[in-house]
Amino acid sequence: MPVQVKLPTILRKHAGGEPKVTADGATLRDVLGDLEAKYPGITKNVVSEDGGLHRFINVYLNDEDVRYLGSLETEVGEGDTVSILPAVAGG
Amino acid sequence: MSDRKFTEEEVQRYSRHIILPNVGGAGQRKLLDSSVLIIGAGGLGSPIAMYLAAAGVGKIGIVDFDEVDVSNLQRQILHTNADVGRSKVDSALEHLRAINPTIEIVGHDTLLFSTNVFEVMEPYDVIVDGTDNFPVRYLVNDATQFLGKPLVYGSIYQFEGQATVFMPGKETPCYRCLFPTPPPPGTVPSCAEGGVFGVLPGVIGSIQATEAIKLLTGEGETLEGRLLLYDALDLSFQEVKIRWDADCPVCGKEPTITELIDYEQFCGVPARPE
Repeated sequence: MPVQVKLPTILRKHAGGEPKVTADGATLRDVLGDLEAKYPGITKNVVSEDGGLHRFINVYLNDEDVRYLGSLETEVGEGDTVSILPAVAGG
Repeated sequence: MSDRKFTEEEVQRYSRHIILPNVGGAGQRKLLDSSVLIIGAGGLGSPIAMYLAAAGVGKIGIVDFDEVDVSNLQRQILHTNADVGRSKVDSALEHLRAINPTIEIVGHDTLLFSTNVFEVMEPYDVIVDGTDNFPVRYLVNDATQFLGKPLVYGSIYQFEGQATVFMPGKETPCYRCLFPTPPPPGTVPSCAEGGVFGVLPGVIGSIQATEAIKLLTGEGETLEGRLLLYDALDLSFQEVKIRWDADCPVCGKEPTITELIDYEQFCGVPARPE
């Protein structure tokens, strides 16, 4: 099922500068897998080598941190928005 | 309730607050009786300091260790061309006193470390974070949690900004509930290399000033528990929830961080003097 994925500035370079893209999948893991297939390298700092979520980039399903849902196994559906949010420090 | 009497000048200076519902004379007295520490006199610190000084926060502390550079002037509106080469704290104090000579403004011309951060923060009611690097952001979060002081958080990168309020107390989120540890070096671009849209800190800093004033007057609903995200390119605002994390290393059920940490530098700004 297609969901919208909002990309932070630092990841947009992988997606031709687009702020929002669509990706398919029934779970967050599938969506991020599809995203990686379309834009290689884009999830490198989101998903860790052991297949979990990194802790310095958060992922939200709509307005909820997926850690409080089902992490990568969180089910997603049509109309949902996945947002990827890195820690930023500028001031 | 303060029994402070306004001077005639204060009545005039703050008249638009005094006649304003939700501030009024009582709210203005609270501001005049309160104190705020602003960490950083840069992009975020500029609008934060200018608005809080104008609003009549009774005592404002400014922390910075840097000098004004010409490349700062594209966004750090507290400083002017004539200040290039001068310490940011000196420049900030002069310009803030020009905005409002009737309040107390204190400069702290220093880097913050585990050894001095408690002493610097202690006298202030609310801490506002306008720094530009991860080591100090984590230090400021942990210190405010240990001291039990509210923290108004804001940060920016290129065209994007984030802001929220972290309150001390049981089962309330802190910055480490959101991001438990700093990103490993190399996973985030250096601040200088990334660039920043000059108006961006004006938006996020003004939101931080708004939240500081609401905390001090006790009016309205703050961003506590909500992370506000701003994208200047799309001109869009988004909110996501911030929950208290029972596993948080600082404020969780079994904290693993119980003292301050000086992280090494990795974002273009030295965490300790060279």
